[in-house]
Amino acid sequence: MNSEYLILFFLLGVILVGGAIVFSMFVAPSSKNSAKSEPYECGIPVKSDAWIQFNVGYYLFAIIYLIFDVETVFIFPWGVVMRDMGLTAFIEILVFFFILVLGLLYAWKKGALRWV
Amino acid sequence: MDFNIYDFTSFTTWVHNALTSSMSPGWAMFVELAIVGVVFIAFYAVIGLYLVYAERKVCALIQNRKGPNRVGPFGLLQTIADLFKLLMKELIYIKNADKFLFNLAPFIVIIASFMAIAALPFAKGLHAIDLNIGIFYLFAVSSLGVIGILLAGWSSNSKYSLIGAIRSGAQVVSYELSVGLALLSIVIFSGSMQLSTIVESQANGWWIIKGHIPAIISFLIFLVASTAETNRGPFDLAEAESELTAGFHTEYSGIKFAFFFLAEYMNMFIVAAIAATVFLGGWMPFHIPGLDGMNHVMDYIPPFVWFMGKTAFIIFIMMWFKWTFPRLRIDQLLKLEWKYLLPLNLMNIVLIAFIVLMGWYIK
Repeated sequence: MNSEYLILFFLLGVILVGGAIVFSMFVAPSSKNSAKSEPYECGIPVKSDAWIQFNVGYYLFAIIYLIFDVETVFIFPWGVVMRDMGLTAFIEILVFFFILVLGLLYAWKKGALRWV
Repeated sequence: MDFNIYDFTSFTTWVHNALTSSMSPGWAMFVELAIVGVVFIAFYAVIGLYLVYAERKVCALIQNRKGPNRVGPFGLLQTIADLFKLLMKELIYIKNADKFLFNLAPFIVIIASFMAIAALPFAKGLHAIDLNIGIFYLFAVSSLGVIGILLAGWSSNSKYSLIGAIRSGAQVVSYELSVGLALLSIVIFSGSMQLSTIVESQANGWWIIKGHIPAIISFLIFLVASTAETNRGPFDLAEAESELTAGFHTEYSGIKFAFFFLAEYMNMFIVAAIAATVFLGGWMPFHIPGLDGMNHVMDYIPPFVWFMGKTAFIIFIMMWFKWTFPRLRIDQLLKLEWKYLLPLNLMNIVLIAFIVLMGWYIK
């Protein structure tokens, strides 16, 4: 019975944004002008496109994030049963974290966490 | 019908029964969804607008100014006037922008925040969706907003936007880990991911009190990480106005800009509401075992007021952060997350697992 509410809230976002933009199209003024439609760059003429390659630092953080995010997904079900399972769950999480922290330390030593 | 501000379950079932008995099931469902939709859009708009007002007033208080005080009594209508002004401003399109993605981005940030408020428990029996994986769901949908930010920055074809969006992406995904692991600590304590169950488990004391030291560490980590995750100062590198003009929404104008602004404040409300629900007992009144007189007085305050009060308290702390601390640099920001918060968080989870194993917390 919850799934229709998920769709409802998705639609609410679409209705709110779409409605406001359509309304704004009717009431807002519009004047075309070639200087106005240029991206902002301190007021000087735009040199080149912004679709360029960017700093590899961001890329490395994204990769490390991916590993840890998957790990978080795995760890949540463990969190739910931890209280009932007791010692078994505790030992398992120690093993799990040992491997995980090893990975983090490796990335750390390799300098992946250093901003370049 | 009995309308009870302490328990909305009977009220919602009454509405449901009244609708199903008076019309066909299809129409009843439609009307019910329409009512919920209208209530939530109104709630969303009011909270968003008044958070902007609150931010300006808190900022003024901290900087020893008056803040908005001309439009309406105490400037209360200021943000509504601002909204209408923005509605009537031109929507500027950038020449070389990716038009489709440029228009899609505000939809994504708003939809992400709408789907997150759907799962919040506002009072007993007053929630749109009560999923059995509530925390997991919130964790998932609140991280969708970053896609909108990345799209906005990339599609504008402007250098400021691109730098702001990539910074924001790196920051949000990094701090999301700490937010998730801080929430995990309370999942371990309460043994459930359902938000209503977590709130019920705090009937005899909030988790921040029952869970003592590790819960307080988690709470502090959550505060820092969620401030960063919502791109708020001192972590507002994505829109560092002194270097990037406005970051990822530099090229947006009129009402589209307003939606990015609104989404930022709604995200702040959502993380504050999650913190209030998970650490501070949600709509549960403050109780001290033994002091029956005080507990009765506390019970007299409606749950909705408790929930909003706790949320407002955390929002105030986050605004206080913003107007007190200077902005960090991007390398300091990532260092704080990966070299301090994340290892601390992992250690804290092992500590919590140990405390739960030994039963050294208040049950």
